[in-house]
Formats: sequence, C-alpha cells, structure tokens
Amino acid sequence: MHTTEHIKLPPGSLEKQTTSLNLGPTHPATHGVFQNILELDGERIVDATQTIGYIHRAFEKIAERRPLYQITPLTDRLNYCSSPINNMGWHITCERLLKVETPKRVDYLRIIIMELARISDHLICNSIVGVDTGAYTGFLYVMQYRELIYEIYEEVCGSRLTTNIGRIGGFERNFTNTAFEKLEKFIKEWPVVLAEFENLFTRNRIFMERTIGVGPISAERALNYGFTGPNLRAAGVDYDVRVHTPYSSYEDFNFTIPVGTTGDCYDRYLVRNGEMWQSLELIKQAYKKVQEFKGADAEVYHADVPEYYLPDKKDVYTKMEALIYHFKIIMGETNIPAGEIYSAVEGGNGELGFYLISDGGRTPYRLHFRRPSFIYYQAYTELIKGGMLSDAVITMSSLNIIAGEIDA
Amino acid sequence: MALTNETIKQRLIEKFGDQLVNWEEPYGMLTFSAPKDLNLKVLQFLFDDAELKFQFLADLCVVHYPDRKGEELAVVYHIHNLIDNIRIRFKIFTDSTKPDVFSTSALYSAANWMEREAYDFYGVNFVGHPNLIRIQNVEEMEYFPQRKEYPLEDQSRIDKDDEMFGRGGSFAWGDKRATTGTMSEDDKMENNIQQI
Repeated sequence: MHTTEHIKLPPGSLEKQTTSLNLGPTHPATHGVFQNILELDGERIVDATQTIGYIHRAFEKIAERRPLYQITPLTDRLNYCSSPINNMGWHITCERLLKVETPKRVDYLRIIIMELARISDHLICNSIVGVDTGAYTGFLYVMQYRELIYEIYEEVCGSRLTTNIGRIGGFERNFTNTAFEKLEKFIKEWPVVLAEFENLFTRNRIFMERTIGVGPISAERALNYGFTGPNLRAAGVDYDVRVHTPYSSYEDFNFTIPVGTTGDCYDRYLVRNGEMWQSLELIKQAYKKVQEFKGADAEVYHADVPEYYLPDKKDVYTKMEALIYHFKIIMGETNIPAGEIYSAVEGGNGELGFYLISDGGRTPYRLHFRRPSFIYYQAYTELIKGGMLSDAVITMSSLNIIAGEIDA
Repeated sequence: MALTNETIKQRLIEKFGDQLVNWEEPYGMLTFSAPKDLNLKVLQFLFDDAELKFQFLADLCVVHYPDRKGEELAVVYHIHNLIDNIRIRFKIFTDSTKPDVFSTSALYSAANWMEREAYDFYGVNFVGHPNLIRIQNVEEMEYFPQRKEYPLEDQSRIDKDDEMFGRGGSFAWGDKRATTGTMSEDDKMENNIQQI
C-alpha cells in the first residue's frame, strides 16, 4: 500500500510530474507554525521537507544570562500544552544540582499538578486527532474539563497557560481549599467524561478506518529516531522516565504503562487514552496521600532552601536575614554551585531533559533543553511518505507536535 | 548482571586503552572524553557491543569554552542503555577554527536534526552529514549565535530607543507625563538620558 513504485518518470525526463504543495507555515490543519513542503503525485505524498524555527526564541542563549528562578518562565513556553511539567522538570533539575531534598508532601502535590498537566496535554492531542478526522464534538466536550484543570492551576499559581508554577524547593504558596474542592470535582466528574469521549472514538468505524495503519513506525525505527513518551510506547517500547528514573517520589505509586504494538495513529490515540486513566489513578493516590498529612506536616509546601526560595513577605519586613535573602534572590546574586547535570522528566511528549552546566557563577554556563518534539518530528517524512495528504494531517496531530517545543 | 559505571569503564578501557580520558562521575553519570576523530568508533562500539548496548541517543549538544585554546567546542553525547537503564555522557573537543567532527547521523537517525542544530548555533561541521544546513535560524545568517563571543545585550544600556515599548523615546507617554509635571526629577533625568 505505502509504496512509490507506481510513479514512473521517463528515463532522463526533465519534466516534473509531481506537484509541490506548501502545507503551512500557518495552516489550520497543522495546529502550529511550521511549514511542510510536500511533493505530491495526485494525492499521494512522494516526499516532504520540514521547515522549522518560525518561533525560535533562543531560550538557551537567554538562559545563560538569567538566575535559575528566572528560567522557569522560559520553560513554560516549550510545550505550552503542559507547562507545569516543564516547570517541575526545571525545578527538579535545579534541586538535583543543589542537592535539595523536597518534603514528601511537596512531591505528592507536584505529582497532582504534573498528572493534571499530562491529562490536559493528551486531551488536546487526542481531541485534535478527532477534529482532523471530522469529529468536532469530542473536542468541544472535553474542553470544559481542560478549563477545570486550568482553574486548578489558577488557584495554585495564579495563571493558566504559561503557568510558572512552583519554585525551587516547592510551591510558592500552599494549596487553597478551593483548589482541593476543584480537584475533588475533577476526580469525580472526569472519569464519566473520559469514558464518554472514548465511546465517541475508540470503536467508531470512521475514526478507526482513518487512523489504523496510518503513519506507523516500528519499535526499532522509533528508538533510532529518538522517540520517547506516548509515541514510543505506541510502537511497543515500555520506556517511561517516571518508572526508569523516578523523580518526585513516583516510586511510591502504583500505576501501569500502556503500550501499543504498531505505532500507528490509532495506537498513539489508545496509549494516550490509557495514560489519561493512569494519570487519574495517580492523582487519586496522590490526593489520598496528601490528605494523610496531619497537623504541622499538612502545612508543608516547600523545602528549606533559603538561598533560592523567597522568604515570607512579612519576614522580609521584620527580619534582617529574610531581607538579605530576598534581596539576593531577586537580584540574582546567589552563586550556583559548579557542576554538570542531566536531568529528565516525563513530559507530555516524552523525555524532557535539561542539561545544565554551571561554572560557579550566578547564571548557568550552558543550558540545553532536550525537547522530545524536536527530536521525533524529523521522522515525520518517513511516516507520511507514500500515504495520502489527509493522512499526513492526522499523523501530524497524533504525534502531538508542538511548535513551541520544536523551536525552543 | 546489571551494568555499572565501573564495568562500562573497564570494558571501554579494554577496547580503547588510554585514548579515553577525563573520567568523571558528576552526579552519578559516567563521563569521559576521547580525541575527536575517535567519536564514531567509540559510539559504534557502545552501540554494537553485546554487553554495553548503548543504542539510544538521548541528547546531543555543543558547549563553547572560549578559554580552552585548541579545544573550544565540546560536542556532548548523552547515550542511554534502555535495557539496563543506565546513561553515560561522552564528550569530544574540537577547535573552533576548523571544527570538523564525524557525523553520527548514520548510526542514529535522531542525530540528524540535533547535529543540524549544533551546526546552526555553534558552527560544528559534521563531516558526513547528509544535509548540514541551518535549522532554526535564517539561511543567510553568517555567524554562529550561541558562541560566547556574542554576548546577550546588556540590559542597562541606554543608547537604544525603546519608544515602541512605551519606555521613553520622542513621543512616548513618558514625555506627556513630564509636561504635566507628574514625573519626579530623577525620572526626568532618566528620560532625558534615554532620549540622548
């Protein structure tokens, strides 16, 4: 089925028998700013070239002039569908560099936020696959629960999309009762909605015909291409950073890693759906563990890292030491210990790595983001070659390619 | 038997002897470097060896050390053995005047774009790369912007007209405030400096 053998140019022919088509840079079907120059024979794709970098913002360069806490807002803008995971990943990197131990309650609260972010990320991806196959309803229906997730972020950190949530050592403030109420509402109502969402798609004849066998990749090729996250697991490799290199106390939880077999769009959809159920389980377990803290333990929301964690405002006005730390942090006058660390978390799209080199100065000497989308987007040509144009659109949305993460 | 840093090190030394140098373990990750013409051999050995099986290229990036003469650019490979779940870091150093390094894109398909990005920002010339062109920046760019000789703009500079952002300039709100007298003397002074 997926071959290009039927295209026979006469030997020595100068005549071009294929059509070039620009898909993007801004095309409603690409859900982001990137260009694909497709060579088409009729409706079949013969070749494709990707152009990226339209929203490149030189974060790695900017980070070389910023103290650690000012880099958090940069990480927001990588995969903006799940910015809390990026923020947490960055805080965890800093904490590992500074050898900070976070209290268990902080870890569990972080897991709640990270898993909510994972749900909102996969939710967008899967419902957009639905939109691209012609089913708008699912997208509109689940959107109100993404809204609820955003309201929870808002209660915790005050913003919604680019969250800048948490600080080095923990959270900027304790979770409010409203946050927990909204979380309870989410835990109660979300399973019903997700089940209904699955009813719409999983066994839908049209959806299955449009996605099964479309854009497949073998496990071997996926590994060679550096795939991670749901896209790799859909190809049948059970690699998950949360299990392989646990961070933020993921080792305390029971959850399974859904894997697929064929690595096509349908398997990617199923894996993401499976992960949403697992994330819900994780949130439930984490919330239960959070509720078990009593007395003073239930008020802990950050570790004791005075050199990086802003003191209480009332202490700043009354205590000399707090004032000094406040000043040093805001002015970025804390020297970061020299060291070299690579730390990764399981982002919405896979292994989100931070490679941080410090030479003992106030800012990183070098910071490199391993952005999963950037690495697996190069396989796109291989995935869509020989397929139909409309399949290329579905493949792109089911890979969950995020322009912000590609371009950094 | 689970693979440990020590066994990996032994295995590599058996094969390459004292050509591999700078053995370190920062934060538990085995780190070493090799002469730059050996990079492909070391990575191929790590890939093929039945015991080591480092077949997953997690990350590739470049670091610029302008003070190290003759080895200004470091290409850093993070490779991962997914079966034994262990990561190592491998570095090669090259000078910045003739930064030719063998491409690993034939070994890992993932390296294709990572090397293009490394070329784009640091100018490392990956010999044998199928399509070594800029990836994020415009093709007409003539320099490699992430090298340390291009510092970020000094945020305290005052020679720049910032009027588009409402901060000073010839017809920004700053002037209006100044005429109505709501501006302090210090602010006026600063406004004047910005206009110069």
